[in-house]
Amino acid sequence: MSTETVPAATAARLRPTVAQTFVAMMAREVRVMRKNFVSTFIRVILQPLLFVFVFAYVLPKIGAGSGVGMFARVRGLPTFSTILVPGLVASSIIMQGMMAVIFPLMMELSWQRSITDRALAPLPIPMLAVEKIAAAGLQALIGGLLVFPAVLLIHARGQAPEVHVASWPMLVLVLVASSLLAASGGLLLGTLIDPQKIQVLFALVLLPMTMLGCVYYPWSALHSIRWLQIAVLANPMVYASEGLRAALTPQVGHMPAWAFLSVLVGGTGLLAWAAMRKFTARVLT
Amino acid sequence: MTRPAGLAVRTETLAKTYTGPRGEVPAVRGIDLAVRHGEFFGLLGPNGAGKSTTIGMLTTLVVPTAGRAEVCGLDVVRHPVEVKRRIGMASQNNTLDSDLTAVENLEFRGRYFGMTAAAARRRAQQLLDQFGLTDRRGANPFELSGGQAKRLMICRALVHHPEVLFLDEPTAGLDPQTRVNLWDLLRELQQGGQTILLTTHYMEEAERMCDRVAVIDHGKVLASGTVAELKNSAGADTVITVTYDGAAPAGVGALRARPGVSKVEITGGQVRVFAREPRGVLGELVSTGATAGVTVSDAAQLPPSLESAFLNLTGREYRE
Repeated sequence: MSTETVPAATAARLRPTVAQTFVAMMAREVRVMRKNFVSTFIRVILQPLLFVFVFAYVLPKIGAGSGVGMFARVRGLPTFSTILVPGLVASSIIMQGMMAVIFPLMMELSWQRSITDRALAPLPIPMLAVEKIAAAGLQALIGGLLVFPAVLLIHARGQAPEVHVASWPMLVLVLVASSLLAASGGLLLGTLIDPQKIQVLFALVLLPMTMLGCVYYPWSALHSIRWLQIAVLANPMVYASEGLRAALTPQVGHMPAWAFLSVLVGGTGLLAWAAMRKFTARVLT
Repeated sequence: MTRPAGLAVRTETLAKTYTGPRGEVPAVRGIDLAVRHGEFFGLLGPNGAGKSTTIGMLTTLVVPTAGRAEVCGLDVVRHPVEVKRRIGMASQNNTLDSDLTAVENLEFRGRYFGMTAAAARRRAQQLLDQFGLTDRRGANPFELSGGQAKRLMICRALVHHPEVLFLDEPTAGLDPQTRVNLWDLLRELQQGGQTILLTTHYMEEAERMCDRVAVIDHGKVLASGTVAELKNSAGADTVITVTYDGAAPAGVGALRARPGVSKVEITGGQVRVFAREPRGVLGELVSTGATAGVTVSDAAQLPPSLESAFLNLTGREYRE
């Protein structure tokens, strides 16, 4: 045997800081993302792509010829594609952020309990939760950015979305906070839910979140259905959609900044704290 | 080679009680262990004895409910990160990172422990060579055979040169060839000074590999010491078997009264004597036969095995 196996002498030389370990774990996540980029790209882009294709291209085209006026341009009102830009970006961020943490976590906490692998890295367990949130947040952000070209470019003539960024810092803040909110919520759900009930999660949580997340309509337009306008406030996706609406299409009526910012930032803090506690309890027995 | 002072692993009345839907389930009920640096220590016990829970506590992932445990002089509850820096663990389950290839599993483990990417790459290649996995370096963990996955997990546990290596049932489910090869690799590690704590329920494994063992059952240490000490202290018997060329002489029944003999079984012409003190028993069986006019056609004397000691300690009822 070589000197490589003399443990006491060599072990003393390796003294990783928590930050070094954290960075190495993020490097692992980036490596995995790079490997899965094509499949992730297709998964992320396909739904919004088809959505804008049908609603911003096909339907206005049909409407123009057949007299179905619902998606045709009405003077003075925003086009449907303008409504969809912030909505579809927000829904992509929230969905990707949640799925990026829930699916691997289900595997890691059940069956072979492969979470042991990273739980043995020299990092406090709550920091492992933070790392998971950071990694899923990054994927959420990428998921949101990938949607932009599709929603900006696919539309029928005269149906172009009217997008102008009023405040770049606001846009960045909303994108980042929404990504972290989704990742924290995903981590909390992933530690709470029984892996066998993952189908239920989709049916009962993710689908209603999207349909009632002010993705396809602005929150202010719900004033005519007052009870719904109040009920959807429980849905975190509403704040991501409205935040992006304020940042990208400020001419469309949107929630005041203090409202969506306090939920996006405060909610992230709260969910991340709860997820860290729950995750630590699941990993340490 | 210089070894650090103190013990590699020390536990004092270490206990773990799980609280579940069926109330409180004690898994470990106060065990004391002392493993020296450079030692190959075996934790023996039937399924459900508390071996994995004990390893879990020593590797900081199971929180003890009473007592204390130290690894390299560090308390596992108060300094979990420091403890994790000094240990490597290969668990029973396949916990390889399935998003990474075999070699990436090793490289990233090295980087988690502060190695530069280049150093981690060199170390990974060295371990793959040492454990005969070089041609599987690009494989996904799901594509590896059981033995390859086990070896890769041990490599991964070794990447950062841990002071103590924990192996939870490393050879469970492996075929005999793979098992023997793995034993050779582990022996090589120990000769290089690696402290190893292994759990097993294979007596042969413990007998061949371990400097010292502790037998645990129902969450308690029943006996500990070297394999030889254990065989003696557990009252394991030597078994003397004699076959006569006719019916066994009636006189052999008198052996039951002989000091040091625990049991005599007679079936037709065959007599089996279980004796803690076997000297003279075979001679007496021959002379008793001669007196009765029958001769011994076959005779065998089996020394006590760790297995018989183990069964004496833990009983024979089925587990899980």
